[in-house]
Amino acid sequence: MYSSKEIRNLTAVELGKKIADKEITSVQATKAYLEQIENTEKDINAYITVMAEKALERAEFIDKKIAEGENWSNLMGVPMAIKDVLCMKDTLTSCGSKILGNFYPTYTSTAVENLLNAGVVVLGKTNMDEFAMGSTTESSYFGATKNPWDLNRVPGGSSGGSAAAVAANSCAAALGTDTGGSIRQPASFCGITGIKPTYGRVSRYGQIAYGSSLDQIGPMAKDITDCAAILEIISGHDCKDSTSADRNDTDFTSALENNVKGMKIGVPKDYFLDGIDEDVKTNVLAAAEKFRELGAEVEYFDLGMVKYAIPAYYIIACAEASSNLERFDGVKYGYRTPKFTDLNDMYKKTRSKGFGDEVKRRIMLGSFVLSSGYFDAYYVKALRVKALIKQAFDKAFEKYDIILSPVAPTTALKIGESLSDPIKMYLGDVYTVSINLTGIPAVSLPCGYDKDGLPVGLQLMAQTFNEKAAIKAAYSFEQSFKDNLRHSPMYE
Amino acid sequence: MQISDDMIKYVAELAKLELSDENKEQAKKDMSDMLEYVNTLNELDTSEIEPMSHCFPVSNVLRDDVVTNGNDRDNMLLNAPEKSEDSYIVPKTF
Repeated sequence: MYSSKEIRNLTAVELGKKIADKEITSVQATKAYLEQIENTEKDINAYITVMAEKALERAEFIDKKIAEGENWSNLMGVPMAIKDVLCMKDTLTSCGSKILGNFYPTYTSTAVENLLNAGVVVLGKTNMDEFAMGSTTESSYFGATKNPWDLNRVPGGSSGGSAAAVAANSCAAALGTDTGGSIRQPASFCGITGIKPTYGRVSRYGQIAYGSSLDQIGPMAKDITDCAAILEIISGHDCKDSTSADRNDTDFTSALENNVKGMKIGVPKDYFLDGIDEDVKTNVLAAAEKFRELGAEVEYFDLGMVKYAIPAYYIIACAEASSNLERFDGVKYGYRTPKFTDLNDMYKKTRSKGFGDEVKRRIMLGSFVLSSGYFDAYYVKALRVKALIKQAFDKAFEKYDIILSPVAPTTALKIGESLSDPIKMYLGDVYTVSINLTGIPAVSLPCGYDKDGLPVGLQLMAQTFNEKAAIKAAYSFEQSFKDNLRHSPMYE
Repeated sequence: MQISDDMIKYVAELAKLELSDENKEQAKKDMSDMLEYVNTLNELDTSEIEPMSHCFPVSNVLRDDVVTNGNDRDNMLLNAPEKSEDSYIVPKTF
């Protein structure tokens, strides 16, 4: 008989194995995590909705199926958390916003549906920056999430709730979404592992859109093995998302191999110049040297275009956001202002009261860059720069299998530190946004700790649809880092 | 780039947002700061570069014109801020 604590000390894949072997039931596992939610939520606020009753019912159902001899996947019966940007039928899906504060979708997103078909138990919906716009999870209508490593710090964002829940061990694993770093940066700030898959790898059907050409759903978990197992389940073609890729190379767990001999790794010199914390720099460069020790060929090179990534990204992301968020008008779902004079007034008052400041700021900028007279100078210009950034990465990948970099220039920031200066917050995305602009996959995993004991993240980027290279590199590094890996003080 | 009162009013209309006087000043500042920052892109000569809207080549994805989803009207109307029996209620549009 395993104690709740012993159950929670397992990774998702280890837990799935023990559930399949009937050593632990899904109900026991679900209770163990609900208990930890109870222990930690008042401090960290990682969840917007906890579905205790539904989760236990579901776990009972799964246990019955397992008793009947069914085996749906290696994560059958494992309790997970879902970022509140992903629709789940009859479950509040707020996107961290007042305007969707009463929205109960009539359908379930494909990524979550795939998890349910694999027998996963959903514990609840996690907190996030409103409409995934932010790097701190402070802009949620439902209050900020705190970092389990230090409650005075942010967990990163926008998938800060998912990252904090994994770090506080209040779920076995979680789903996040990444438009400009929203899986990787909170994974880095919370000392966990996450994958931003190649654009098109995971269906976006039922993901409330922010920047449609950039958005991608991915796993956030205790280690790379769990991430690979989850990605294997959620990826695949979906006729409901015309950008989803029809490929058969989704056996990501086959890449969990401890071998980087001969792997060519490029480290962009121009990522280590200005504005990067000394402790981040030291730890990431030490990780690069570790790869060399492990047999990889590590080279330092100039990637180029670094200072143009953020401006191009914010123009494109805000343009797409202003268009995507037009649907929130108080007519078919969500919040509607009680007082208005006519239709236009109803739209404007509903949106002004329903959206928070950061969302409005981005809608305004997006509306401006798409407006006639400015469209070519800003939006089209950004699309041309995007092409140049893609060229720079293509050129690098002619030489390297992996590009290694920091995830963020700093470790977790203090709460409130970023709110006063939006541009300063945007600069924190310098190493992550290019991955979304170019559509490539990247892994974020812990590689060290700063002087305050806060986790430092390492980013491993690979070529389009070559998640396996990044997973293999991540797995090899993780094996070498095992003895140094720490958990947040709330983990146990 | 300086953002005039008229400009911010026009953009707010496009964005369907209502800005109080205080919000308007903040929005003007935020937008001009951001535009000044993104103007760094003008350092790059992109006259020979094709704009890239999509990171991979994508073409139209077509399917047979067959309805696969059922009629979910009643469930969808449960989310409506205001409804009659089988339709959404909106303010007068004329």
